[in-house]
Amino acid sequence: MREFIRPIFVIAWKDIMLELRTKDIMVSALIFALMVIVIFNFALNITPATVEYLAPGILWLAFAFAGVLAMGRAFIAEGDKGSLDGLLLCPVSRDAIFFGKMISMFIFMVVIESLVLPIFVVLFNFDSISFNLIGIIFLGTLGFATVGTLFSAIAFNLRSREIMLPLLFFPVVTPIIIGVVEASSGVITDTVNIIGIGRWVGLIVVFDAIFLVVCPWAFGVAMEE
Amino acid sequence: MRFLFLLVVFILLSINVFLIFMWAPTEVHMGHVQRIFYIHVPSAWIAFLAFGIVFFGSIQYLRTREQKWDNLASASAELGVVFTTLVLITGPIWAKPVWGIWWTWDVRLTTTLVLWLIYVSYLMVRSYSGNHYQGSRYSAILGIIGVINLPLVYFAVNWWNSQHQRLVLGVGSTESGLHPDMKTTLYFSLLAFSSLFVYLLWFRVSLKRTEDMVRQNVPLDMDN
Repeated sequence: MREFIRPIFVIAWKDIMLELRTKDIMVSALIFALMVIVIFNFALNITPATVEYLAPGILWLAFAFAGVLAMGRAFIAEGDKGSLDGLLLCPVSRDAIFFGKMISMFIFMVVIESLVLPIFVVLFNFDSISFNLIGIIFLGTLGFATVGTLFSAIAFNLRSREIMLPLLFFPVVTPIIIGVVEASSGVITDTVNIIGIGRWVGLIVVFDAIFLVVCPWAFGVAMEE
Repeated sequence: MRFLFLLVVFILLSINVFLIFMWAPTEVHMGHVQRIFYIHVPSAWIAFLAFGIVFFGSIQYLRTREQKWDNLASASAELGVVFTTLVLITGPIWAKPVWGIWWTWDVRLTTTLVLWLIYVSYLMVRSYSGNHYQGSRYSAILGIIGVINLPLVYFAVNWWNSQHQRLVLGVGSTESGLHPDMKTTLYFSLLAFSSLFVYLLWFRVSLKRTEDMVRQNVPLDMDN
């Protein structure tokens, strides 16, 4: 067990160190998420009366767009000087590489979200933050990071990878986007009972569970040479 | 052999056109626009069959790594996208006069649209990948994930839809009280479309086999 866990954290730590030194992903994705929110403000004319109804959609679109931007970078750093080949030659299983990449991706996204959320609160006088909402954000981000890691590895090897990643990613994560927006909306507006929210959380958990099994397998198939 | 098959398909489709436009009775409420149903439903059925074949072919390809399974899966994906496109075009044409709207975010419509997007990106992955084997592997992964994801999309959209809007049909559902002649026309249309699909699939797979031979510099056998 230890032999399986250790390489995962070594790979994740390597990515986090790299990010702490270059700040390539975080800064661009964070600014991009803020841009999305500012543009939505003009497009939808958000007022204190409507913010509760619009917040879930805006927040999740900002998270998803910033997430895709960050995922696109996840394997580009590896492409430099053939370090992806070096990583694949390491005497660790493909699953370990996948989970290492996924964990660093998950952490990047959570950090971006934890910076975007307070700014959103300030900008729109949005005071419906709760532990339930944060739990839903965690579960949703887990699904995003799992599917995103697989597709960023696939898109990395394709021509016009910048456009292929969102094209692959968004149709597959449709159920989770519906689930997180509905669950967040239920928590924020407090109009849906706990069973209604539980159903959506259940869908997100099932999605996460299925893709936590399928994606490492698919990653192994995609990365074989 | 293939020419004979093509002839049969052509005859079946000609009879189908006759049945749809001449023989099938006109629907009382919807009028002639209902006849698009005989094209819409078989297309949807063929599309789902095609994506089922993609799923099967993808699994077999990843298991055995034999080129023939990849050829089957990718040929079927191309046809599936074509027939899903037909479904998505004929649907709104029928819906506008009958429901009064082109589109509604109903579970079947939305799931079909998401399915279409997944398989369009399946075809894009193939054409954008650097080498042939990589493209085959990547698209096989997508062919499998697309089908695994399908029930999740269906449930998500179904729950989401029931919370936001309910579809109120202007006219009673067509499936309930079909005239026997309408049923016959529909079943015949299913048969005709299926034979067209089998022919196109056969044609496309053999074309892909020829492409493989060209890629591997095998002398072509032109009688094939």
